[in-house]
Amino acid sequence: MAFLGWLFTIPLFPAAGFAINGLLGGRVLPRKAVGYVACGAVLLSFLVSLGAVLGLGGAAQLPATPGLTVDAEAHRVTQVLGSWMPMGRSASGEEMSVDWAFALDPLSAVMLLVVTGVGFLIHVYSTGYMAHEPPPAHARFFAYLNLFMAMMLTLVLGASLPVVFVGWEGVGLCSYLLIGFYYDRMFDEKTRMSCADAGRKAFITNRIGDVGFVLGMLTLFWATGTLDIQGVLAKVGGLPTGVCTAAALLLFVGACGKSAQIPLYVWLPDAMAGPTPVSALIHAATMVTAGVYVTCRMAPLYLHAPGAMLTVAIVGALTALFAASIALVQTDIKKVLAYSTVSQLGYMMLAAGVGAFSAGAFHLMTHAFFKALLFLGAGSVIHALSGEQDIRKMGGLDKHVPWTHHTFVIATLAIAGIFPLSGFFSKDEILWAAFNRSPILWLIGAVTAGMTAFYMWRLYILVFRGEERFSEEARHHLHESPRTMTVPLAVLAVLAAIGGFVGIPGAIAWTDGMADRFGRYLAPVFEAGGAAHGHEAVHAPGLEIGLMAVSLLIAVSGLLLGWIFYERRPEMPALLAERLNGLYRLLAGKYYVDELYGKIVLAPYDALCRGAFLFDKWVLDGIVNAAGYVTLATSYISVGFDTYVVDGLVNMAGYTVRGFSWMFRKLQTGFVQSYATAMIFGIFVLVSVYLLSTGH
Amino acid sequence: MPVPPSHILVFSLLLFAVGVLGVLTRRNAIVILMSIELMMNSANINFIMFGQRLHAMSGQVFSIFTIAVAAGEVAVGLAIVLALFRNRDTIHVDEVHIMKG
Repeated sequence: MAFLGWLFTIPLFPAAGFAINGLLGGRVLPRKAVGYVACGAVLLSFLVSLGAVLGLGGAAQLPATPGLTVDAEAHRVTQVLGSWMPMGRSASGEEMSVDWAFALDPLSAVMLLVVTGVGFLIHVYSTGYMAHEPPPAHARFFAYLNLFMAMMLTLVLGASLPVVFVGWEGVGLCSYLLIGFYYDRMFDEKTRMSCADAGRKAFITNRIGDVGFVLGMLTLFWATGTLDIQGVLAKVGGLPTGVCTAAALLLFVGACGKSAQIPLYVWLPDAMAGPTPVSALIHAATMVTAGVYVTCRMAPLYLHAPGAMLTVAIVGALTALFAASIALVQTDIKKVLAYSTVSQLGYMMLAAGVGAFSAGAFHLMTHAFFKALLFLGAGSVIHALSGEQDIRKMGGLDKHVPWTHHTFVIATLAIAGIFPLSGFFSKDEILWAAFNRSPILWLIGAVTAGMTAFYMWRLYILVFRGEERFSEEARHHLHESPRTMTVPLAVLAVLAAIGGFVGIPGAIAWTDGMADRFGRYLAPVFEAGGAAHGHEAVHAPGLEIGLMAVSLLIAVSGLLLGWIFYERRPEMPALLAERLNGLYRLLAGKYYVDELYGKIVLAPYDALCRGAFLFDKWVLDGIVNAAGYVTLATSYISVGFDTYVVDGLVNMAGYTVRGFSWMFRKLQTGFVQSYATAMIFGIFVLVSVYLLSTGH
Repeated sequence: MPVPPSHILVFSLLLFAVGVLGVLTRRNAIVILMSIELMMNSANINFIMFGQRLHAMSGQVFSIFTIAVAAGEVAVGLAIVLALFRNRDTIHVDEVHIMKG
């Protein structure tokens, strides 16, 4: 219970870790201490989060604490730390302000535990993975990672949209910093893209989404007069549908950027330029799910905007299908996983779009487990092969890295949706909700599921089975990863395996008590405030079980196809690629979306910039230069006046004096004798005058 | 038979004129000093001549004073000439005209 009052410390621990490692790491702190500080900060956050989440159920009995508000019906605790932006009174006399406030409810509780839990495991893993970095880079890495945690937790706990936005931008910044971590290295030889470029691409693409987010925020403020999330949601019922739709769509643009949906997904595959733990933490488990989280958080708003809901669902479904098809032919182990992540995020958006918000959050959680595990496993493989990422140069690793192999298998089966691993439950819940909305959405989801199973099994076989295709050099260094890396893998494998049991669908639960515990836990969030029930629960257990069987069948056939293609008949893929050359090249070229954006967005933008440059150069610079020349000409006139008139008068005075002095000057010969001559001559004259005047 | 005073006056006048000419025309500072001596001595002759005519001793006393003062004046004058020579490497007065306007 007491932990609820400590809510604000959850983001503070990693922030402190960031400060310590950022200021002292690399110079003062030894390598080990940097790791301990970083992991310790996240562990403390996790423990406080755990305490707070466990205390949430009994929050109603909490003694009154200053700054702490409890909403028993919605199971929400809000902690106000202070006023951030006081804005005076509104027209209707209400006090308007934005507070630094954190809120914990079941939805943020789930996110909180996923972020801190998975985050902690990845921090531990990173101490092993980054062990060979030079000390400054090592400390920088952990400082950024901790800053990311602080920002992500601010995003999750923020009780008002501006606080959420602080975290939202903060994680974007950390994402940029960490993608460009190896800023001096080349990421993609073919397109001459450096890691720093990849970071910039992510940052700028996200900025486009963020504009949407800010506009959505302002629309809501304009319409409701508040930015507090619960305050906004309480008022959406009274808003016209148009306003709701506009706000929801604008927020969704932001979510598209952050959660890598069509059309803003292009940054995520290139985000793989960052170190692998970063891909696992930021670009699989936590940050990219922020868009889904905010969409779920604003669920009542979306429920009042059916058009926006439909858009979310369609964009989600298309993203899922689109990204999965690209993943089929990728050859970089991390790129396959990146497109897989885009695809799975599409699933989550699909869930939100059909109103199954708790299913989206459920998939968010299970995906965090198995995708983090897949990335960490991939990192372990890359580590074992001294940096090799091309799956065509792997193979037969199962004997060499047994821990990685076993955990990878579990994650692969989980993402493929094999019963009873976690992915099966969450994916099925989404597919069931989609089916209730529209069978077409279900079909897209089901096809995507088949593709997912196929490309994941392809990845698994190419990496771990078959003949060993790696170089002798790599074989020489081949080794299983250290304990710091394998233990997090094992823990995540357990979570990926059993994580789904919290959300067993009602149709196949043994007892009512077990049925959909996850959904029931989250229910107060989506039901409170008078918001309509998410999706109309259709009670057709027979149909539900039937669909489950179908999707399981699809998953298994996907796996089987992968097995046939890459293990039984390894010549098949090449043959098929040759037969379907056009399609293959389209997929391998990622539908040429980057090139398309280059043509339709970047090229006109470049042209605009060039035009603006020319305008600057000729028109603006021309005006400035003209002003300069006019000034110059005026100053010439002024100089002339000064030189000839003003100076002339002054000089004339001087010349006049000099002229008069000229004759006197001539007397001053400097010769003593001439003075004497004059003197004697003078005496002679004086004496003569005297003598003549006296008359002698 | 005593020399008439007019002769002595003319002699001293000539002597004075020679001195004045020397002061005004010679370049050498030492010669100028010598010319000044000539002018003084012409005055001394007058003193002595008038002293004797008027039966007064003051004329001769005056000339003794004048000779003493002249000795002092020459000492100072030669010191100046010496300093001039050290500074300017010359004792020609026409080369020393830094006071020219």
